[in-house]
Amino acid sequence: MERTIELTVNGTDHQVTVEPRTLLIHALRDEMGYTGPNVGCESSVCGACTVHVDGEAVKACTELAVRAEGSEVTTIEALGDEDDMHPLQESFQEEHGLQCGYCTPGMVMTAAVFLEEEPDPDRAEIREALEGNLCRCTGYQNIVNAVESAAAEMAGAVEPATDGGTAVEEGGD
Amino acid sequence: MYPDQFEFHRADSVSEAVELLADNPDAELIAGGHSLLPTMKSGLASPDALVDISDLDGLSGVERNGEVTHLGAMTTYATVADDDDLWEDATVVAEAASQVGDRQVRNRGTVGGNIAHADPASDLPAAMLAANATVHVHGPDGERSVEIDDFFQGMYATAAGEEGVVTGIDVPEEGENTASAYVKKPAPASGYALVGVAARLTFDGDEVTDARIAANGVMDHGTRLPAAEDAIEGESVDADAVAVAGDAAGDSLDEYMVMEDQQASQEFRLQLLSAYTERALETVGERAGHM
Repeated sequence: MERTIELTVNGTDHQVTVEPRTLLIHALRDEMGYTGPNVGCESSVCGACTVHVDGEAVKACTELAVRAEGSEVTTIEALGDEDDMHPLQESFQEEHGLQCGYCTPGMVMTAAVFLEEEPDPDRAEIREALEGNLCRCTGYQNIVNAVESAAAEMAGAVEPATDGGTAVEEGGD
Repeated sequence: MYPDQFEFHRADSVSEAVELLADNPDAELIAGGHSLLPTMKSGLASPDALVDISDLDGLSGVERNGEVTHLGAMTTYATVADDDDLWEDATVVAEAASQVGDRQVRNRGTVGGNIAHADPASDLPAAMLAANATVHVHGPDGERSVEIDDFFQGMYATAAGEEGVVTGIDVPEEGENTASAYVKKPAPASGYALVGVAARLTFDGDEVTDARIAANGVMDHGTRLPAAEDAIEGESVDADAVAVAGDAAGDSLDEYMVMEDQQASQEFRLQLLSAYTERALETVGERAGHM
């Protein structure tokens, strides 16, 4: 029995018709065209599908689209673009925090909420925060470097980061 | 990896959820969904219908009355793990919640869902046993309270039954003379507890007057360890007493019922149980200022 749900993705209101079993990640990618978040392990482990739901990092492979009705979802697409990158996107590039890049959208989305809550983390805290995001290329060293460098960049920024996407309201459930 | 088809009901009240569950024996309740959805995606469960309680007011949040901290069933692990007061009032519960899964999982998974699911290798059951919690259940016959010692009945089986909805958990606040801890040996890939030990000790001076110690990952459900409790009660938490209690940890268990899988033999699990019982007691001792 299909249902039509309403939700906001990256500030845009969407109406989408899904089966109850449709996972949020598939609704985002296949129904609405947000292909930034990736489908990795499909078992809540790898974190490649991480998006923000009402301001919290969530694995979109482990949520039903029907349960996201009324939610504000933010995907990596909202964080920045080539001309105006989020400090995390810049630092992942600068620090070589990616190789194949498949895990990167999830890494960045998890790190973005984390840096809002903990603007000045140490390396152990960064590793702990990224526990739910697996990378099979880099060995994590450069990823930790990237988050550390973004934190410094964001702390030193005179102007607030032009992220637009991470400033959604806290809480929500 | 789509789950099988199912009907989706969003309950408007706990009573409606209970009715929906009673009307459809093949329906499952969904809270945070972080145990149920993976099971459905992998084909291990194919419920005809899901009854969603995630939108119900009053099922989520932390409330205190000076004696008891009430955790609404839909309170997430993250909320519990980030609650500074709970780290003071019921350390063992906050500490166990902080060790569940990862950040994203903790943002969605709920404490009520955890204990209602009763995974033998999850982190909250032993913590709730050590904390001497009370579980509020709303079933077809109305509301009732279940002592945590009577709650876990087997693998994925609880006193809430198939039609009961866990609505909240009361956790007694630790007084000044009580301290607690949760320590675990995580399974390397999943992070679930190969063995996790929760301990709460009450002191009169240096002497332990009351001990509640429980383990995850060892038996088919979270289980108290009375032999370890007896060993430490009446003692001070020093290296000798801790070693004796660690050695005794497995004595009260039916050894043939100890979990065994490709990750750990029964023998290894019991060895871990001793070691982690010792670590839990040492940690409590340190927190209470006795070690």
